[in-house]
Amino acid sequence: MYKLLLCWRYLRTRWIALVCVASVMLGVATMIVVNAVMAGFAHEMQSRIHGILSDLVFESHSLSGFQDPKWHMEEITRAAGGDIEGMTPTVAVPAMLSFQVRGQWLTRQVMFIGIDESTHSLVSDFGSYLQHPENRRQLSFTLRDGDYDTFDSQAEGQAGENGPTRPAMAGAGWPHRRMRVAREKLWREKMGARGDAAAEPARPIDQQVDAVLAATNANGEQPAATDDPAGPPSDSTSDSPQAAVAARRDPFRAVRPEEGDTMDPAKEQFTGIVPGIGLASFRDSDGVDRFLVLPGDDVKITFPTAGTPPKAVSDTFTIIDFYESKMSEYDSNFVFVPIAALQRMRGMFDPQTGIPSVNSIQIRLKPGADLNVVRDRLRKAFPAEMYAVSTWRDKQGPLLSAVDMEMAVLNILLFLIIAVAGFGILAIFFMIVVEKTRDIGILKSLGAGSAGIAGIFLGYGLFLGLVGAGVGLALGLAITWNINAIRTGVEWCTGQRVFDPSIYYFFKIPTIVDPFTVAWIIAGAVGIAVAASVLPALRAARLHPVEALRHD
Amino acid sequence: MTDDAMLRVRDVRKSYRSGGGMLEVLRGVDFAIEPGGFAAVIGQSGSGKSTLLHLMGLLDAPDSGEVHLDGVRIDNLPATRRDRLRNTAIGMVFQSYHLLPELNALENVLAPLMVRHSVMEWMRVRASARERARGLLDRFGLGGRLHHKPRQLSGGEMQRVAIARALVTEPSVLLADEPTGNLDEASGAGILDALCELNRRDGLSIVLVTHDAAIARRAARIVRLAAGRVADA
Repeated sequence: MYKLLLCWRYLRTRWIALVCVASVMLGVATMIVVNAVMAGFAHEMQSRIHGILSDLVFESHSLSGFQDPKWHMEEITRAAGGDIEGMTPTVAVPAMLSFQVRGQWLTRQVMFIGIDESTHSLVSDFGSYLQHPENRRQLSFTLRDGDYDTFDSQAEGQAGENGPTRPAMAGAGWPHRRMRVAREKLWREKMGARGDAAAEPARPIDQQVDAVLAATNANGEQPAATDDPAGPPSDSTSDSPQAAVAARRDPFRAVRPEEGDTMDPAKEQFTGIVPGIGLASFRDSDGVDRFLVLPGDDVKITFPTAGTPPKAVSDTFTIIDFYESKMSEYDSNFVFVPIAALQRMRGMFDPQTGIPSVNSIQIRLKPGADLNVVRDRLRKAFPAEMYAVSTWRDKQGPLLSAVDMEMAVLNILLFLIIAVAGFGILAIFFMIVVEKTRDIGILKSLGAGSAGIAGIFLGYGLFLGLVGAGVGLALGLAITWNINAIRTGVEWCTGQRVFDPSIYYFFKIPTIVDPFTVAWIIAGAVGIAVAASVLPALRAARLHPVEALRHD
Repeated sequence: MTDDAMLRVRDVRKSYRSGGGMLEVLRGVDFAIEPGGFAAVIGQSGSGKSTLLHLMGLLDAPDSGEVHLDGVRIDNLPATRRDRLRNTAIGMVFQSYHLLPELNALENVLAPLMVRHSVMEWMRVRASARERARGLLDRFGLGGRLHHKPRQLSGGEMQRVAIARALVTEPSVLLADEPTGNLDEASGAGILDALCELNRRDGLSIVLVTHDAAIARRAARIVRLAAGRVADA
């Protein structure tokens, strides 16, 4: 009983012990906050990666792909049993994307991915990363007539708070396309009639463009908009083999206006594509996105054909939306196109049968299905020399391992903070033992044993650890749950941006408090506090009662 | 010496390391206190009287010789049993009072009982223990000072608290080491009166160590130590 009483009294009367409490508290709070933020970032990153990639990817080793995806999907369904929820074929090839900005051509290396717009959203969160609300509901590779988001639809609570973060998107779509075509037309006219231009009164360029637009609309030539002037590319997926063979002879015919016609870019579009937003924009320091091209602009893409050896072919495409997964690696690399169009352009239809080839099949499993088990089943069912089957974690293995390693190293380093607090407790406890030597002698003269004396100091260490960890837990949770408010406060006080959305592509610092991790942190902190009190406790226990009583 | 001694030391020797050599403090001392006896041990500083008291109180172990309590040798018992005996059978009072500064007067008196009992046992005996401690403090005129910390008490009051603490376990023998050494004359006389009353009224065996012959004369028997030996008894 005396141990409890003295522990409590020492805790209340020895103010130096508060230093121990404070150091344990700060260590625990720091670890909780850092782990919560790291877990939040890791979770955000993993959910993004998983949202982009399907659960399983069944792919060919060759860029030319494998034939007959329908047969392969049936075989996959048979091999995987009832665990498959959805599948979609894709074709992915490296390509070069080129577009003009202020008269200069910019060329970027991209991954050109053909997707089936009707099924691709079944296997990933692809649809939710698009910028037009209608496309988020159901993707269509036709240009929309405006209404693109002028703010980041994935940033909760950001819409309209400080004005649009993407003001340029207000005119995107057909209005932007018509405006651009009108400008180009005017420019060509001016260039063609340079000699006569001096005679005409000069008008501001915007008035001239308005005049051209008014003339276009006055003729009743409504833009096709979602009426799909080029014919929906998805139609080509249901083309007859004969049509596919015809398309093979002229791979660009189906995606162009009628043969022999001159295309009017103010009313028609090329094959639609969805590039990653990072390819077409950058974010300035105010968090406003600046665009190099917009939906409605045309770009050129050069990619290899499926034959051997592959030949480079180029064509013009119209941007119909942007893809923003918040993973810069993907957002600045991926360009999506209708799979049938890409198959035709690359010559991936069999000339005899019209059966298409694909590079890979993306598979989504039913909730609760074990990814690795299904992957192993598919690996057994298909020859490894021809096909690779991987889970989304396998595909991002090095990245996920690096994040795990980073968290582990950070935790070790942070735990050293608590270890340093432990050394503080050790030193302070030795001091308290010296200070309390006479009390130890008194207790021994009253019949207290060495174990009891050691118990006082071990209990004291336990008390300090529990109080420090308890207060640290409360502080850590309070900081974690209010971290965005704290960030705002710090930014307001210092005038410096603490968390720059242009770097992280998040508007809020994500946090996840894992109870298991918190329990480990608290157990570790209390364990270190008790461990640090062992040596002083042993020293106290070994004191000779007579010498202790004579201690001055 | 009598055969019915309560506490007896027989031919005890004790040396301490001092500088480069050994200092022999006790050189074969025989001493006993009978039940209800009151003995004073006197001698000059360094004569070994406090060392003798520490050996009798099991705070130290002799190099040779034996210590008996109620006819049972106790100096060679395991540490835990010696701790237990110190708590239950022997009460000790020191010149410097040796109260625990974090505890108030009542808690200091209860300290030996808290050492004896576990938390669960303490919950059971707490009320009766507090009652007994209050009674003892009342008896020594400290009924109004129960919740005062030692630093708020005078020297005489602290020593009375120390005597109450020594008596709360109802020991067989009380060992007092210069109990009036730090007190003024009046306070010292009060403490001596209290000890004499305990011996006379309660029949408590008392061994009083002092260097003052006048104080020693209050005891029934005087034992003089000189150069580590009993000079006369």
